Amino acid sequence: MLDYRKYLVLVFIYLVASFNSFPSENEISDKEEFDPAEEIMHHIADAYEWHFFDVTDEEGNVHPISMPLPVILYANGSFDIFMSGEFDHGKATVTRGENTYILYHNKIYMANEDGGIDYDEEHHPMNTRPLDISITKNVFAMLLSAIIILLIFISVARAYRKRPGAPKGLQSFMEPIILFIRDDVVIPTIGEKKYHKYINYLLTVFFFIWINNVLGLLPGGANLTGNIAVTMTLAVFTLLITNFSGKKTYWGHIFATPGLPIWLSPIMIPIEMVGILAKPFALMIRLFANITAGHIIVLSLISLIFIFKTIYIAPVSIVFVLFMDILELFVAVLQAYIFTLLSSLFIGLAVQEHH
Amino acid sequence: MTGISIAAIGAGLAVIGAGIGIGRIGGSAMEAIARQPEAYGKIQTAMLIAAALVEGVALFAVVVSLLVAK
Repeated sequence: MLDYRKYLVLVFIYLVASFNSFPSENEISDKEEFDPAEEIMHHIADAYEWHFFDVTDEEGNVHPISMPLPVILYANGSFDIFMSGEFDHGKATVTRGENTYILYHNKIYMANEDGGIDYDEEHHPMNTRPLDISITKNVFAMLLSAIIILLIFISVARAYRKRPGAPKGLQSFMEPIILFIRDDVVIPTIGEKKYHKYINYLLTVFFFIWINNVLGLLPGGANLTGNIAVTMTLAVFTLLITNFSGKKTYWGHIFATPGLPIWLSPIMIPIEMVGILAKPFALMIRLFANITAGHIIVLSLISLIFIFKTIYIAPVSIVFVLFMDILELFVAVLQAYIFTLLSSLFIGLAVQEHH
Repeated sequence: MTGISIAAIGAGLAVIGAGIGIGRIGGSAMEAIARQPEAYGKIQTAMLIAAALVEGVALFAVVVSLLVAK
């Protein structure tokens, strides 16, 4: 039998809380027009604090609820470390010694003598920027997901050691996936004899991309794999591993493709050399664009409700958003798989024997 | 025409290319499955890989449009 009393408590709490949202006697201070582009950019871009949501009190003031993160800057020979809360959401400048920092449109600049920003003709800031190695939202999300991945896999590995025999629990979920990557992706492309050296990197990259894609889809999540610096780092790893494992056959194929007439070499050699860089570049752009585009679509569909300012668009919008979210979950695993497959393909091409 | 409208037109053209490409991949995959239903798993895997690659190229164009429109 349903226990009606606990639902009564919930209804009571809802009624009490909703008193706050009744319009007050004073004129409701109207926020600016809802700007979808700015809201979407705010959700996708990196930030110096982790913004969860906004709370509007009775007077119509908006209080952002966010978690400040450490800011680590290096300027004029000194490291300055402080919490981003001191910027007070961009309203205050921070002074440490002789350095004054100002936060403008999510970037930190060295403030000029008046503590402000110099603008050029197109209203872009001209101030210099310090060396910035802060723990931003993306860095924090990366550390969190690294901890989650370590927790999952260390416990799975320990379970194999303690419990020989059939896998149970989390192991039985991870094992088919790991075996799939090993047997259907790595061994066919790299070969039975050499895959041991590269399987660790490829498995790591697969789960890192997949788990970060999924975490970015949660509300309040950070858009980590949609940050081009992160995907560039992963692509650079693949580039380095491919080229440092290259055997003579690999470099031979690039500089003197077998069967190529000599007079074509001046054309083919630059093409092949660009090709060395173009393949990881494509990896980087593919992952970045897929994830960012997916987030932009979901956020745009939700913004429809705010643009039309009516509740009747909500069912349509929510159905679309649900469909796009399911598609995004699929894209999350597909992009991780494609990145891993192409990386192992490139590595396999580099280490293959002469045949 | 401003740079932003040209960027929007460029993004639309890129989507046409992606739609045609992935549509053709899907079509050949359907025909192949109809010819040989027991190879369904392998054909589906190959189709998804090819579709993701074609989509990657289309998203190059999206990134360029975003850069122009910025």
